[in-house]
Amino acid sequence: MRQLNNILEGFGSTILLLFRSIGYLPSLPRQFGRFVEQCYLIGYTTLPIVAILSFFIGSVLALQAGYSMQNFGAKQFIGSLVGLSMARELGPVMVAILLAGRVGSAITAELASMKVYQEIDALVTMNIPPVRMLVMPRLAAAVVMVPVLAIIANLVGWFGGAIVSKYTNFISIDPPAYFAALRRFMEFKDVANGLIKAEVFGLGVVLVCCNIGLNTRGGPREIGASVTRAVVTSLILILVLDYFVTKALM
Amino acid sequence: MATAPDVTRNPFTQTESPAVGVTIENLSKSFGTFEVLKDISFAVKPGEIFVLMGPSGSGKSVLLKHIVGLEMPTAGKVTVDRRDAAAEETREHVRMALVFQAGALFNSISVYDNLALYPREHRIGNEASIREKVMHALQILSLENAAQKFPSELSGGMKKRVAIARALVMEPQLMLYDEPTSELDPVMGATISEIIATLKDQYHVTTIVVSHDRDLALNIADRVGILMGGRLVFLGPPSELHEPKDPKVADFLHPKIDLQNPRFKQLET
Ligand SMILES: Nc1ncnc2c1ncn2[C@@H]1O[C@H](COP(=O)(O)OP(=O)(O)O)[C@@H](O)[C@H]1O
Ligand SMILES: [Mg+2]
Repeated sequence: MRQLNNILEGFGSTILLLFRSIGYLPSLPRQFGRFVEQCYLIGYTTLPIVAILSFFIGSVLALQAGYSMQNFGAKQFIGSLVGLSMARELGPVMVAILLAGRVGSAITAELASMKVYQEIDALVTMNIPPVRMLVMPRLAAAVVMVPVLAIIANLVGWFGGAIVSKYTNFISIDPPAYFAALRRFMEFKDVANGLIKAEVFGLGVVLVCCNIGLNTRGGPREIGASVTRAVVTSLILILVLDYFVTKALM
Repeated sequence: MATAPDVTRNPFTQTESPAVGVTIENLSKSFGTFEVLKDISFAVKPGEIFVLMGPSGSGKSVLLKHIVGLEMPTAGKVTVDRRDAAAEETREHVRMALVFQAGALFNSISVYDNLALYPREHRIGNEASIREKVMHALQILSLENAAQKFPSELSGGMKKRVAIARALVMEPQLMLYDEPTSELDPVMGATISEIIATLKDQYHVTTIVVSHDRDLALNIADRVGILMGGRLVFLGPPSELHEPKDPKVADFLHPKIDLQNPRFKQLET
């Protein structure tokens, strides 16, 4: 019962945080420096690992598809399978998970430490709304950067699939044939759906991580507890949202 | 610092703003079942220096947080300039600065940026005038060389001085200090006392200082309050502190070190 209460409370305060951040959106031009810094941080910390992971996910998709399709003579569809899976599902989910692990955890750690060491209290007494200065620029940066990351994940994943398809001897499909299949069954809508999903996940992850960080109470030990909670909550949120957003977009 | 700080030509508080008063009416505060403040009432007049003393854990910091609206009363009311201190709008109308006991500096930015944050965020003046203000505040507290350092590179006493400098830059109408001299050497402690007194004399800044520093209390306080166990056990001018009637207050102000009958042994029996 208490846990249910906590969940509802967390949900409510997260939604409230979203609206308050939107309310501070007009101050974005004047905080452009902070916004750019956050964009850079998101890109810089997640891009390498997004690239590496999506390459291998694309590769393993092609490998599995090739293995199970070799007896059906359906190998020419490998390109479409990799293309659609990456664009509609694996690209956005993977970017969101990496965002939670790399960026979300850092956000929670920073805000929680600011809370514990009374920096947030100092901002409040200086009449500088912490949400305006700390949350809004991060959210805006996520909104801009997450689709970019998802596009990169798709491209790298497709490319990984192409390489595996060519050099695996029981598949050996040339890149032109692979990409032709990829284009044949995939529409712009599939990619757009995936980007919308990525956007929703990214926003959710950053919001949850900010909210948990700002609501940290107690001493230094609670900073670690908050980070763990933020990452776990983000992962659950991503998978739950994934179902509902996918359904809504069908 | 040989010469007294030249606060007359300083850019602080050049904006004329009338001093504000603070009232505390029947304030009680509990954390869970633990009652920290018990029915406290007193008023701080506009432009007054009020020094609040008391053993550690008696609730002094909690009381200051009520005045700036960081804590909400369990019962009773705190007003600043006749506005409810717990309301957010009060901070829009009254410029208040709290020097936190631990400094509460922004750890991810330099000392200079710590001081410049308030005027930048509130768009007070251009970068050149902000620079002048910030450098002047740093100079008063002998921190010119620390401007580009980060808080993690400073000693405890330096952090405290940066926190005071950051508050000065805000040109507050109400200035609250939480143990401003506790980690400073005696000369710097005296300098802080001088700054507090000068701000009051020339700019009529209302000041509440939480401190154990008897020199500070006796020299600059208009009135002194002593908090013990969550109650206000003394309220009066500093001159009355020389011969307090309450034996507990007397022991707090002039504790005798008695090696024959030490306090920690009295507790055991
Ligand atoms: N947020 C809080 N939650 C629970 N207890 C608190 C909190 N803040 C302060 N206290 C308790 O209130 C008492 C007074 O604290 P404080 O005002 O910091 O003392 P001091 O007079 O030394 O400044 C202490 O016993 C402290 O443990
Ligand atoms: Mg204290």
